[in-house]
Amino acid sequence: MMVTLVNSIFGPNGALSLAHALSGALVLVSFMMLYQDRLSAVINVLALHSAVLGLAVAWQAWIQAEPQLYITAVIALGFKAIIIPLALHRIVRRLNIHREVEAAVGIGLTMLAGMGLVALSLVVMLHTAAHSAVLAREDVALALATILLGMLMMIARRNAVSQIAGFMSLENGLILAAAGAEGMPLVVEISVTFSIVIAFIVIGVFLFRIRERFDTIDSTALDAFRGELQ
Amino acid sequence: MTSVILFCALAWSLLGGFGALRGRTPDARPLVYGASFIVAAIASGAAILQLAFGATPGTAVVLPLGLPHLGMNFQMTGLSAAFLIITDVGAATASLYAVGYGRGEREAWRVLPFFPLFIAAMNMVLIAADAYDFLIFWELMSLSSWALVVAHHEDEEARASGVVYLVMASSGTLALLLAFGLLAGVHGQYDFASIRAAHPGSWVGAVVMLLALFGAGSKAGLVPLHIWLPRAHPAAPSHVSALMSGVMTKVAVYAFVLIVFDFLGKPAWWWGLIVLIMGGITAVLGVLYALMEHDLKRLLAYHTVENIGIIFIGLGLALAFRAERLDVCAALALAAAVFHAFNHSLFKNLLFLGSGAVLARTGERDMERLGGLLRRMPQTGLLFLIGSVAISGLPPLNGFASEWMLFQAILLSPRLSAWSLKLAVPSVGAMLALAAALSAACFVKVFGITFLGRPRSPAASAATETDAFSRAGMIGLAALCVVVGLAPGMVIDLFAPVTRSLLGARLPAGHGMSWLTVVPVSLSRSSYNPLSIFALIAAGAGFAAVILHRYGSRIICRAPPWGCGYASPEDATAASPPLSTQYSASGFAQPIRRVFGSFVFNARDQVTMPMPGGVGPAHLISALIDPVWQCCYAPLLVLVGWAADRMNRLQFLTIRRYLTIVFITLVVLLVWVAPWG
Repeated sequence: MMVTLVNSIFGPNGALSLAHALSGALVLVSFMMLYQDRLSAVINVLALHSAVLGLAVAWQAWIQAEPQLYITAVIALGFKAIIIPLALHRIVRRLNIHREVEAAVGIGLTMLAGMGLVALSLVVMLHTAAHSAVLAREDVALALATILLGMLMMIARRNAVSQIAGFMSLENGLILAAAGAEGMPLVVEISVTFSIVIAFIVIGVFLFRIRERFDTIDSTALDAFRGELQ
Repeated sequence: MTSVILFCALAWSLLGGFGALRGRTPDARPLVYGASFIVAAIASGAAILQLAFGATPGTAVVLPLGLPHLGMNFQMTGLSAAFLIITDVGAATASLYAVGYGRGEREAWRVLPFFPLFIAAMNMVLIAADAYDFLIFWELMSLSSWALVVAHHEDEEARASGVVYLVMASSGTLALLLAFGLLAGVHGQYDFASIRAAHPGSWVGAVVMLLALFGAGSKAGLVPLHIWLPRAHPAAPSHVSALMSGVMTKVAVYAFVLIVFDFLGKPAWWWGLIVLIMGGITAVLGVLYALMEHDLKRLLAYHTVENIGIIFIGLGLALAFRAERLDVCAALALAAAVFHAFNHSLFKNLLFLGSGAVLARTGERDMERLGGLLRRMPQTGLLFLIGSVAISGLPPLNGFASEWMLFQAILLSPRLSAWSLKLAVPSVGAMLALAAALSAACFVKVFGITFLGRPRSPAASAATETDAFSRAGMIGLAALCVVVGLAPGMVIDLFAPVTRSLLGARLPAGHGMSWLTVVPVSLSRSSYNPLSIFALIAAGAGFAAVILHRYGSRIICRAPPWGCGYASPEDATAASPPLSTQYSASGFAQPIRRVFGSFVFNARDQVTMPMPGGVGPAHLISALIDPVWQCCYAPLLVLVGWAADRMNRLQFLTIRRYLTIVFITLVVLLVWVAPWG
């Protein structure tokens, strides 16, 4: 019923168009994350990123009539949009580092690179998936763009917390691609999600350990510890 | 019969396990070697029966192991049955020999687990019928033989040889892996039946041929890929050296024949040219190296290099003939190559076992410290002489038969139309003749210095005859050398399915006495009847002996020879080391070193004489440079060192740099995909 409603509002294929719009929104939020220069803002954008992902996955579940995908959506909303951002906020407060983000690459340059990556993923998908349906192709292209933007986030920042944020948004891109592709087994999704949670725990513990040792969570301190930066 | 081989391989693996668990108990050694002999005898019997009476290819066996959708496929084709005979005859005699030989071996438990495993792996390579199994067992063969090479790892030289062997074996396997990857095509059809059915394009075929030449050639010891062979083969215990030199190199030949003749279909004309030239260079360089060498086992290993060159000359000729659709000529060349592979396995095993007996009884591998052993080890000496005559290619033994067939194939080269081949084949024939002559010279040196004359060290003068089991193993091989030499037609007929299945042609047979006379092309052209030659030689030698005994002097006078005032080695002590006044191995080789060595090895002899009236000794220092090492490996090592220095920086980047490298790689790959997707 909802699909017909959406179709009646957005015209034929409207349901797919909405899915497409949600994927586009995810890329947009990735750009927002690249633009932030404060840690707490980065974490908030990460929560928004995950919430958009949850919506996108839930919409996919609706139009594909795949009830399993609701579980994925709930995991995305519950874990990644609420619990992990809260925990990250707590870490940031406890470490007292919510003031600034040390960007390794300038914001403007990062944004330009991000645009290039989105264009690249569109071109790649245009060539490699020329025979598939337009909307499905664009969905995968947007997911690939999200993944690449997440990686860009990871290498554009020095601070470990924003690297985590980049990693989580990369993961969101993966889940978006998986949800768009029909018939991905639930087991894979669950294992992916749990691996994220475990990675989060490990990195969180790791952060505190680094902090205890070096009084900073700038990852270059690790390199100094290895004796390579004098 | 395929399942018989499988059961035999299982039995060997169990024996290996037993050797690993109970290897230190005194009864384990004769038990493992004895059982291994029985299993090898059964396996060689199965292979002979399959080749002589069974249908080839035999029934396929698929085990539900290994890769899904593929399983483990095994099948005995005519080709693999022929090489199974080579392998298992060698394994049987080496095992029998080891029952006695192993007694004197130090730390036998290091050899016991791997010896049966090594034989099992070689058998499995030969019956594997998909690329996955082939490579698995090929690698198992390399690794188990590596473990045998470093069995005496407290020896610095053995460790160094092990490293070189491992590097060469791995790169060879890599080449074969790539070759099979190309053969399997984009759909990944790894079973041999599909590979045979698919005909790769000409460029793919050429690349596969070169990869196979590298992969199999590095295992077989083709120059310039031979450097590991004279280091690794002698480092192992002697019965293992025999297997590695006599048998494992043949498994490599099998791999080359399988890929190039069975899988690739019609060759291009230049394939044969490359293989021919490599074979010719290998044959001549191998025997020259051997002439410069005075370590008995290393010398034999260099002779393996030479004989592999001879076999590859045959394979190259077969490729050249086949490219021009002269299938009967190709069958002659291929039959000669396979026959020579069989013969070489016989006499090389025999010689390595003989050198093992000498090593066990004297503790010496250096020929300059041996001598006079024929009197002390008469049976070993006689058996070694049979092996030497066979490897020198003298009639009426088996080495002559196969080399003669190869020359017959070379004489057919005017039928080829490509001019480069017309020119190359006769020159390769000349190289082959040179190699055969030098090889005879080399074995005059080996036998003369080691077994004739007087002992050059106390160890040599104290030597005694080796034990009965060792002799039994050697007698078996020597008897086979003689029988095969006298009735070569029998073996050629037995191996006929090889050429029939690969080339669709075989040698002309059908004379009533075909097993007595070899007629490679036609009766009007040439034929070889070893029995009549044998009768001629026997009559001539008997006549000469009668004349000598009848008219020669019967007075024997024993007197100490004048030794320039030096003590004879028999009564030398540790305080006054023996100074030999006898002809030495380096003295024998010196003319050849002057003629060839100064050109090939840049050999320089430096003599320092004492001043007139001085009593100090004169010194002769001869220096050799290994041209292959200088030209191929030294630059390669420099290059690898340089690249490693540059790459070392990668180890000290920051985490963010590593992420950046991953990211940039991903982006570059995506950019690469974008226009060509």
